[in-house]
Amino acid sequence: MTTSATTQAARELSSLAEQRVLILDGAMGTMIQGLGLSEEEFRGARFADHPDDLKGDNDILNLSQPEKIEAIHLEYFDAGADIAQTNTFNATSISQADYGLSHRAKEINIEGARIARRAADKVRDEEGRPTFVAGALGPTNRTASISPDVTDPGARNTSFDELRDAYLESTLGLIEGGADIILVETVFDTLNAKAALFAVEEAFDQAGTRLPIMISGTITDRSGRTLSGQTPEAFWNSVRHANPFSVGFNCALGAKDLRPHIAELSRVADVRVSAYPNAGLPNEFGGYDERPEQTADHLGGWARDGLVNVVGGCCGTTPDHIRAIARQVKASAPRVVPQLSRRLRLSGLEPFDLRSAF
Amino acid sequence: MTERQGTFVNIGERTNVTGSARFRKLIAESDYETALEVARQQVESGAQILDVNMDEGLLDSEAAMTTFLNLIASEPDISRVPIMVDSSKWTVIEAGLKCLQGKGIVNSISLKEGEEPFLAQARLVRRYGAAVVVMAFDEQGQAETAERKFEICKRAYELLVEKVDFPPEDIIFDPNIFAVATGIDEHNDYARAFFEGTRMIKERLPHVHVSGGVSNVSFSFRGNNAVREAMHACFLYHAIDAGLDMAIVNAGALPVYQDIPDDLRERIEDVLLNRRADATDRLLEIADQYRGAGGAARVVDDKWREQSVEKRLEHALVHGIGDFVEADVEEARLQADRPIHVIEGPLMDGMNVVGDLFGAGKMFLPQVVKSARVMKKAVAVLLPHIEAEKDDTQGAKGKILMATVKGDVHDIGKNIVGVVLQCNNYEVIDLGVMVPCAKILEVAAEEKVDAIGLSGLITPSLDEMVYVATEMQREGLDLPLLIGGATTSKMHTAVKIDPAYGNGPVVHVVDASRAVGVVQELLSRERRAAFAEGIRADYRRMAEGRRKGRVDRARISIADARANKARIDWSGYTPPKPAFEGLKTFDDYPLAELVERIDWQPFFATWELRGRFPDILDDPTVGAAARPLWNDAQEMLKRIVDEGWAKPRAVIGFWPARADGDDIRLQTGAGETVVHTLRQQMPRGGDSESRKANLALSDYISPEGGDWLGGFAVTSGPEIDEKAKEFEQAGDMYNSILVKALADRLAEAFAERMHERVRREFWGYAAEEVLTNEQLIAEEYRGIRPAPGYPACPDHTEKGTLFALLDAGNTARVELTESFAMMPAASVSGWYFSHPEARYFGLGRIERDQVEDYARRKGMSVEEVERWLAPSLAYDPDDEAAKREAA
Repeated sequence: MTTSATTQAARELSSLAEQRVLILDGAMGTMIQGLGLSEEEFRGARFADHPDDLKGDNDILNLSQPEKIEAIHLEYFDAGADIAQTNTFNATSISQADYGLSHRAKEINIEGARIARRAADKVRDEEGRPTFVAGALGPTNRTASISPDVTDPGARNTSFDELRDAYLESTLGLIEGGADIILVETVFDTLNAKAALFAVEEAFDQAGTRLPIMISGTITDRSGRTLSGQTPEAFWNSVRHANPFSVGFNCALGAKDLRPHIAELSRVADVRVSAYPNAGLPNEFGGYDERPEQTADHLGGWARDGLVNVVGGCCGTTPDHIRAIARQVKASAPRVVPQLSRRLRLSGLEPFDLRSAF
Repeated sequence: MTERQGTFVNIGERTNVTGSARFRKLIAESDYETALEVARQQVESGAQILDVNMDEGLLDSEAAMTTFLNLIASEPDISRVPIMVDSSKWTVIEAGLKCLQGKGIVNSISLKEGEEPFLAQARLVRRYGAAVVVMAFDEQGQAETAERKFEICKRAYELLVEKVDFPPEDIIFDPNIFAVATGIDEHNDYARAFFEGTRMIKERLPHVHVSGGVSNVSFSFRGNNAVREAMHACFLYHAIDAGLDMAIVNAGALPVYQDIPDDLRERIEDVLLNRRADATDRLLEIADQYRGAGGAARVVDDKWREQSVEKRLEHALVHGIGDFVEADVEEARLQADRPIHVIEGPLMDGMNVVGDLFGAGKMFLPQVVKSARVMKKAVAVLLPHIEAEKDDTQGAKGKILMATVKGDVHDIGKNIVGVVLQCNNYEVIDLGVMVPCAKILEVAAEEKVDAIGLSGLITPSLDEMVYVATEMQREGLDLPLLIGGATTSKMHTAVKIDPAYGNGPVVHVVDASRAVGVVQELLSRERRAAFAEGIRADYRRMAEGRRKGRVDRARISIADARANKARIDWSGYTPPKPAFEGLKTFDDYPLAELVERIDWQPFFATWELRGRFPDILDDPTVGAAARPLWNDAQEMLKRIVDEGWAKPRAVIGFWPARADGDDIRLQTGAGETVVHTLRQQMPRGGDSESRKANLALSDYISPEGGDWLGGFAVTSGPEIDEKAKEFEQAGDMYNSILVKALADRLAEAFAERMHERVRREFWGYAAEEVLTNEQLIAEEYRGIRPAPGYPACPDHTEKGTLFALLDAGNTARVELTESFAMMPAASVSGWYFSHPEARYFGLGRIERDQVEDYARRKGMSVEEVERWLAPSLAYDPDDEAAKREAA
């Protein structure tokens, strides 16, 4: 729990965050989809004989098509991103089980971080500006607090221990590959995230370093709660023990519908707030129609209103979105992180806040 | 006092196999479905945290903990509250922590086995993200005296904070509650030691909390529940006073401290506070009289049934007894003139008693919840009668949305207000408690409500209300916002909520009895504006008064300010003479002349589009919104002009004038009219040559006479307002706003156009002036047209003088409200000054010496002047008044 091993990148990141709103990159999946890769291309030479179909396993491209992933990172940096998220959303052994590639999970994470590192270093060398790599830990395709079986509410298809082990492996890979930040993202079940945060601390202990942690939850519908039922404030109370660099929301909703929840988080979180919404809600074909300037208008407003410290894009966003967003938030000062009084803040699905009267 | 009460936390204790035989049996038989019902019932009856304990030798405790917590996770009604994972075995605690997505509490760890395991467990608790209960227990055993309790907790505190970086606010000490009145002399001081230890911990270990299991204290009276429960209530009363934050307690079974018979209470307190050597014997002496009573309610007998119906209702409410309430209410109804009087009378009186006891820490939240339930039951009996009495020929008078804000569960006040409103024929949409802002706004829009009422009892609700107000403002709502509930206040409403919601009226409603009156005013088309303006003016004065306490007050005296007036050489100056004296009116002024003079920048600002016009239309970001809006505006303007939707009217006038100090004396047909101006009092630096002047508008009029002052009032006319209303009624808010925004722009353009003609024709001192629209907007011309109520002359009442001079109500058909706002809203008025050196300035804040002088000149009281000039005062009139009174 010590912070003695703070990295140079962490100090640089904090100091940049003092000066302005940081720009996270946009969707990786959307860009990969745009490449229209075939089954053969997904496999590459290395997995030509793999028994399972690999088309759709975006994370395996870190091993089979690394140069294509690097090109996407470079496009986002070129659009003005400060931070690249590694292509490791599904790179846990749990999620890779769908493709029979659980045993490759660590390698996918190492390479995912290395590719983003190469792109970041290239931009840093050529343009002389600071760039960062956020090692992404996705939510996995299992839920630790929700039963997969409606007739058996106590049942679970994963456990805290299983998730913690998978996240530990992934995090060690991301650190080894050169990530500057660990990003626990698209959290739809806070218990999964708590297992990830537990694992991240273990990984820091094992690696003898500490990286800044970013946490990003997901509000799945207009009820304003996570899939596992927590309100934004309850979610924050559940993860604040990780002492993160930032907390925020991404995915699921477009910026318009996400705003009240970001605003709420901005009120209750005494750390930086991040937001990277989808490009609107998906249309009937599963595509995203919101144009760059529309997304950017929303995020620009949030920045002007002092709600955010880090912004970027999720599903459906492109380098053009990031470029427009970067332009819109440029003039705004970053949100001032509020100082909250020390209180016992607990949570179930809802927040609980005890102020001692003495 | 509610504050203290609101912070005490009840931890549900019935889901504990060591404390509840029934729960143990359910778990042993794997009847988890019924076990869940126990948990649900705990939360429903007011447990704010749920303690779960599976420590039973014959159980697989880890598995039982996991199964039960996973099941709870699937029940939103239960899992909304935090869980306390309670076990003496670390492995069971860890199994529990692995099932909690929320932040729970570990109960407990201690120094019993030494520092190493204590620190290791604390590190894991931190990593799992939970708070922790630490027992006052070390290698030597459990602490019994206050001093040892404190010493152990202090040691644990230092280890946790220094070695584990554990947040102190996440530490909850349990300083051990032991049984008293056991007959063993050493035990006599146990309760007092707990109170004293708690006090020391809370005073000396910053941010921590204290908890305890209360039922231990009464262990010697097993089988005598009446005495046990009375002991618990007395113990809590003193422990909370010492700083106890939470307790594991069956709060639903607690008697009200007040109701414990005096004799019993005194003897219990003798025991708890160790006040006399024979305390235990004396309690034992009388304990048998209460034995077998079994339940809290039966500590007092049924004598209350013999009292008057009012007293019976009060008793039922205070004690949460619903058994007789229907019959009692019916009896009260038959005695009352109208059914509503039963609510307004005995039921409200009873709830007031509940509120007082709660506030004084003598009732607990679950008891209050029970009281509310009885209240609801009582109201349900009355509602059909109230319905029947209502005048059915008319529909609801309006739709009111009511909600207790997010984070707050107190809805008694709100429900009473709701009932009272319904009784008065308003439709009430009650969203219940813990209502998030987004939901309030969504339903308000869906249901098109007429007003929103927010309620809250706890302090943080105040901030939530400000937030809701801010969001209403941001969403462009203009509905009346009613604020009510125990911690709300007029001052807070004035200082925090009202300024956040400039669009609509915000009214603090002191109690339910005021609600109907307020809603009537706010929903009345005729009276709403005046009522809202009055309230707002009142709040602004309050807020301003408070704020001023903090501003820089350095001012110079009015005498010194006058000595530093604008240095204008009048000797070689001949004031220009207007083309006419008196008034000139303009009816149905040609719109085309105005359209080309519109300043578009503020138009876009109205729609929250920032940028310079016309660049904004092609702006890469906002252009996409600005361009279509511009197109719509052009189309709408064309219709306004072609179809004659607006009939602009104006009146202008000129009067011979002479400056007399800070006044301007005008010659009018009827004699003399005095225009009063105010002078800047901020200190000016520099020598006499370079020093900036302390300006007043009168500086721009010759003190030697032969000068002139002009005045004007222009309006887009009331016709265009009707158009806006038509759109509104058709549900077309966009076009309604568009029309209004354009009407505003036309009025401003009219003022600009009229000023131009004044300079060139009617006053004629700049007959050769040729300016572009941009130059006009940039005010590159000679002379100014300041408006009363604006920075150079912030006294709105001077508008009264101006309008009288112009006879504006008849000539331009612009009226003033009692707050000197102009109707129609799309109107502009002001004075004309012609001197080449005349320029716009801001008055800044002024001192009391000028206010007194100004009041004398105007023939108004100082207080009245202070009221109108509140935002411009450099001092706090309330303080001054207090000083005067003291002197």
